[in-house]
Amino acid sequence: MTMFRSKAPAARLLRGVAMLAMTLTMGGTMPACAAKPVNLTGAGATFPYPIYSKWFDMYHQKTGTQVNYQSIGSGGGIQQVKAGTVDFGASDAPLNDQRMGEMPKPVVHFPTVAGAVVLAYNLPGLKAPLRMTSDVVAGIYLGKITKWNDKAIAAANPGVTLPAQAILPVYRSDGSGTTYIFVSYLSAVSKEWGTTVGVNTSVSWPAGIGGKGNEGVSGLVRQTPGSIGYVELAYAKQNKFTVAHLQNAAGRFVEPTLASTTAAANGAAAELAKDVRTPIVNSPDPDAYPIAGLTFLLVTKDQANAAKGRAIASFIEWAMTEGQEQAADLDYARLPESVVNVNMTNLLSLTSAGKPLVAKR
Amino acid sequence: MTPERSVGTAGAMSGLRPRPAFRVDDVYRGLLMAAAGVVFLIVFLIAFESFMGARLSMKTIGWSFLWSGEWDPVADHYGALPYVIGTLSTSFLALLLAVPLGVGSAVYLAELASRRLGAVVSFVMELLAAIPSIVFGIWGFFVLAPVLRTTVEPWLIEHFGFIPLFSGAPFGIGILNAGIILAIMIVPTIVSISREVLLATPKSLREASLALGATQAESIGVALDAAKPGILGAAILALGRALGETMAVTMVIGNTNRIPTSLLDPGATMASVIANEFTEATSPIYLSALIQIALVLFLVTIVMNGLARLLVYWVTGGRSDTAGAA
Repeated sequence: MTMFRSKAPAARLLRGVAMLAMTLTMGGTMPACAAKPVNLTGAGATFPYPIYSKWFDMYHQKTGTQVNYQSIGSGGGIQQVKAGTVDFGASDAPLNDQRMGEMPKPVVHFPTVAGAVVLAYNLPGLKAPLRMTSDVVAGIYLGKITKWNDKAIAAANPGVTLPAQAILPVYRSDGSGTTYIFVSYLSAVSKEWGTTVGVNTSVSWPAGIGGKGNEGVSGLVRQTPGSIGYVELAYAKQNKFTVAHLQNAAGRFVEPTLASTTAAANGAAAELAKDVRTPIVNSPDPDAYPIAGLTFLLVTKDQANAAKGRAIASFIEWAMTEGQEQAADLDYARLPESVVNVNMTNLLSLTSAGKPLVAKR
Repeated sequence: MTPERSVGTAGAMSGLRPRPAFRVDDVYRGLLMAAAGVVFLIVFLIAFESFMGARLSMKTIGWSFLWSGEWDPVADHYGALPYVIGTLSTSFLALLLAVPLGVGSAVYLAELASRRLGAVVSFVMELLAAIPSIVFGIWGFFVLAPVLRTTVEPWLIEHFGFIPLFSGAPFGIGILNAGIILAIMIVPTIVSISREVLLATPKSLREASLALGATQAESIGVALDAAKPGILGAAILALGRALGETMAVTMVIGNTNRIPTSLLDPGATMASVIANEFTEATSPIYLSALIQIALVLFLVTIVMNGLARLLVYWVTGGRSDTAGAA
């Protein structure tokens, strides 16, 4: 306020602008104010934070419902849902059955957008994007395939001269949804990975070195010849990395794109309809990129506060329709129609005091 | 809150006394006592909260947490050994590099350099101490790592590779890089304290030794001997910083839970594993194990400080007359 009391003309101008801006914003939300806006709080995953914050902002403009989201990490989000300190949580990894059981009340998962994990590598002199089979990817991260000119890699890349260089696998050292998706893929395609390492947001890596965050991994890959690392598709796109094309379950080598990520979710739609927590890695869809995953909102099934419950439900409805249009701009893969429908059906299961929050259409 | 309350009590008590001068003294004493008490309270609370948070992990895993080398969040098996080794090895490597460098430069600044040069160098040293650790991390990652990978480490492997400590693959990232970064970070502490301590040693010591026919080098030796407790104190403070440093180390150590056997191996420290895994630790036991790591780090710091104090006592033979005794 002291700033406003200043006599300098610039400050007076600033004050005028600020007041004008305030009036405009209030004017913008005025009609919604009449409909008694609800304030929601959420916490959790950092991976979808850019799109969530855009969604919450747009949704606030549209309806007046204000959402305060803190991207404290999936683990923190789950803790807060468990403690009941937030209205909804967000997690890149779905809760397994044991964690579901630990929740004081049943929780429903709503996937919001899809993401893919891509393999960036550093092989100077190699022009065409490298092709890799699932055995190669698993072999490299298990520490079994140690040279770039390994027979398994060469077989997938006929006509490409591969150097006799050592492979340095690079992984995310910080617990992350990206790691969760990547190791889910490795578990799906390699029995050995499933039994010896397994799936979590952090795992006990048999080989390689770790970098913190997407930038840590990509930094290591960029400066270490012979290295390979996994990063989010959005991050790779924004930084224009050369990424490996992977062989999917249908046998095709697919470039990671937003479309091939959406296809991955589409291929798993039937399974998702049964249990929305099913991993969408190694999807049977012929166009699917195999290392893809969903990020989730965690919503308590029976809402204590009906007004808040309705606000959450209508937000999810909006995110599934208009919200999906925003995904591509921020390099997230939109959900296919089939998965949107799964969410719309699951919305019907939300209740407050036993009464459904959303009417059947 | 606490200082205010103690002000009130002190005021009420001194109201019984006839002379107002006492009241001021009492208030002053109460304030200072409260300030000292807050420090104590904070340390106690940290220990208490870590202990409470780690109870689940302690109950489930037991003492094997301390010597098990397996850290597997998938199977919920947690052992702190790789991180204890990582923390101790990087910190001692840092001390090994930083103490000779720091003490050497402190001796030069205190004994040989002109007053002006001393002031300039101290200013630069303080600047170095004020750089945020993330900047050191980025430098280590983008500048030091390539140098280590392409020149230093291949040379080490070629000439000393037969010693297990220098064997392995040149990644540029690992224990060696972390140790060097930590050394750079703790040098300012060692230099500035050692310099102050040397400057505070009585001039008569030097004059006496020179009068007895000592060379300049021998005379410096006498001053160093007098300053020993203070210099050791500087090393203890520096060690404390190295043990707890998080961000810079996380960026350059390579973050693996395999136990390092060579300086070139990647590793992880107790602080770095907490920084890496805390936000996405989804199961209660996982979270508890990470808090227990914090507790172990706390204990390791206490033990290290205790040992260092014993060292000071042993080196000085319990004398406390020297300048700047730690």
